[in-house]
Amino acid sequence: MVQIRAAGVALYEGAFNLLERPMLALQRVLGQHRLAWVFLLPNLLIFGLFTFVPIILNFAFATTSGDRIIIGDRPYVGAANFASLLDCESYLNPNTCRRDLFWRAVHNTGWFVVLQVGFMVLFSLITALILNRDIVLRGFFRAVFFYPVLLSPVVVALIWKWILQRNGVLNAGLDWAGFGTVNWLLEANWAFFWIVFVSIWANMGFYVLILLAGLQSIPGDVYEAAEMDGTPRWRQLLRITLPLLMPTMLVVLVLSLIRAVQAFDEIYVLTGGGPGSATTLLIQYIYDVGFATRPRVYGLAAAASLMMAGVLFVLTMAQLAATRKRGEDG
Amino acid sequence: MKRILATTATLALSAGMAHAQELRFMCYQDGTECQAWEAQFETFHAENPGITVIVDEVPYAAIIESLPIQLEVGEGPDLARVTDYGGLARYMLDVRPHVSDADAIEARYGQSLAWARVGDNAPDGIYNIVDQLTATGGFANKTFFEQAGVDMPEPGASWADWAEASRAVRDAVGVDFAMAIDRTGHRFAAPAMSFGAALFDDNGDPILVDDGFRAFAEQFVAWHEDGTMARDVWAGAGGGTYQDAAGEFINANLVMYYSGSWQIGRFGRDIGDMFDWVATGAICGPEACTGMPGGAGIVGFSHTQHPEAVGAVMEFIARDDVQAAVLAQTRNIPANAMLQEAGIAYEDVSEDVAAALTAFAASIPSFSDTAYALQGYANNRAIYTSIPARITQAIVGELSLDEALERLDQDIADALAEAQ
Repeated sequence: MVQIRAAGVALYEGAFNLLERPMLALQRVLGQHRLAWVFLLPNLLIFGLFTFVPIILNFAFATTSGDRIIIGDRPYVGAANFASLLDCESYLNPNTCRRDLFWRAVHNTGWFVVLQVGFMVLFSLITALILNRDIVLRGFFRAVFFYPVLLSPVVVALIWKWILQRNGVLNAGLDWAGFGTVNWLLEANWAFFWIVFVSIWANMGFYVLILLAGLQSIPGDVYEAAEMDGTPRWRQLLRITLPLLMPTMLVVLVLSLIRAVQAFDEIYVLTGGGPGSATTLLIQYIYDVGFATRPRVYGLAAAASLMMAGVLFVLTMAQLAATRKRGEDG
Repeated sequence: MKRILATTATLALSAGMAHAQELRFMCYQDGTECQAWEAQFETFHAENPGITVIVDEVPYAAIIESLPIQLEVGEGPDLARVTDYGGLARYMLDVRPHVSDADAIEARYGQSLAWARVGDNAPDGIYNIVDQLTATGGFANKTFFEQAGVDMPEPGASWADWAEASRAVRDAVGVDFAMAIDRTGHRFAAPAMSFGAALFDDNGDPILVDDGFRAFAEQFVAWHEDGTMARDVWAGAGGGTYQDAAGEFINANLVMYYSGSWQIGRFGRDIGDMFDWVATGAICGPEACTGMPGGAGIVGFSHTQHPEAVGAVMEFIARDDVQAAVLAQTRNIPANAMLQEAGIAYEDVSEDVAAALTAFAASIPSFSDTAYALQGYANNRAIYTSIPARITQAIVGELSLDEALERLDQDIADALAEAQ
């Protein structure tokens, strides 16, 4: 055993020595600072190829029109695709917009983000606070809340579709109990309620986990001192827990905000964006315009995706600014 | 010596390459079409020792979504089984120079050959051999009609007759739905034309919304409001998403279902002897009794390295004996005029299936010229996807019908501008 270990160490050292000479030579030629770029190069190449090149291509598609995919075959139209998307008498009324389906998707996405993120952060916080206490079967409940996160979004949507469809489990239960049944996914308001609900159900466990980690990082002696001072529990929550949990909450808020704006797969499988366009969010609009309809309007899809990327960029910058400000304050 | 060996090796390699022509055939199937063709290619390989056809079976979504993108960048298979002739026309190979008897193919497949002769394609080119002619039409649950004691409308009855009879049956037997139509503009177009929709002007340019189209759209929305139509099908999705009601019909939740002949094999297999069903034959509106023709066919692509070999395959596919063998196995309606006349000896089919195949084949002569024009129209997919998106908005109350029809016209105009 000792011999094998010694042989392994010798092999490792041999390989290391083999690399040392060329690396030293490279360092002499490039200098110590430039050598860092050599180490970064593989990652930069991959990042550039799969992130920056597509972004540039997206700009190229957004400023051209037609249904051809080769950029050279597409006529340049400047900002016409953006102008077409923004052509509205009133942005509050999609019916007055030239691209009414885009603005319906924008409105739906706005409401979805507000409701889904708001309720998810609230429920995640309440759940994390409960699961952080010394309750019976704490480990079991933590697993239960995290379990949906492990499921594929398509599986989540199919499970809920079986529950919510006309002859689904929920209606069967209501019927058995003597209540009337509801076409949950065919009524616009109910369909929207369920996409928010299912999205919260599927993703909440992830944020509960982050918040639990945040709660457990709060030093116990702070609570002990408060207990000794006779501070009531609700006051401890407001004055100790929430302020100290705020950096974690900020991370949860921004992550959930970005994921909510990008929501697509669960909703697409659950409702297909319907009824009508009641649950069509921005990503589905981009998918429909760019891939599902004929002819494929790549230019419009690219312009819409760039506008959405702009919103996400602003949100991310706001989060960075808020984090930095808290860091400076704190 | 080395030079002689190298030259010999090069010659041997070149000779081998010249003989071994491998063609990739991207195939989707509704039933067993790909297996049937794979079996027939054994005969082709025996007759053409230098050519090998490899069948790559793919889902229909790959034909609709991936294939056009592959072709756009000059990649993809040598042959494929497709349905979107207009959309793929610009990538297709004219095999007329590579077949020995173009007139025979023209005589047999003339009507469906026109579907790919669009855009810049040659007006006499041979681009597609249709191996599955389809026709839209209705299916009715005969057992329900018998249980309800309601007379089933005869072939040639009107849409109003079917709506009234289906409602009566639904109420009598207590099932969920009276009628359903697949959620696609392709299915919507047939009754719209029967209600008088012209779809094209005298120059062949699309004029989607006219009085006839509006009349059927109003009726269709009204049938959703009064519960005649299954709301789940059209209101159950958004955008141009396709959705059928075959599951509801198979599960005996639906009295009358308007879909197409491609469902026959599935109904024969899945319904079995659970209940009796029939094809309704032609259903009429105030102006016509048309359905929509369509179908899958095999096409070659112009980027192929072996156009002669593709021509040989296409000529083989078009042969009467080969088509008859494939159709007998796949239980499809022939596009080949000779076989339409002679009939197909379908293998192991039930009474329901045989009767349905006959009824659909019999309805094809009543199809209007407009229906064929729409099927051959290069941008028909834009129409097929825009109709469900906008009509559904009227059904669920997001837009008034007038607004929806106005938007529909605008969508088509935008799509055509983009396609140019």
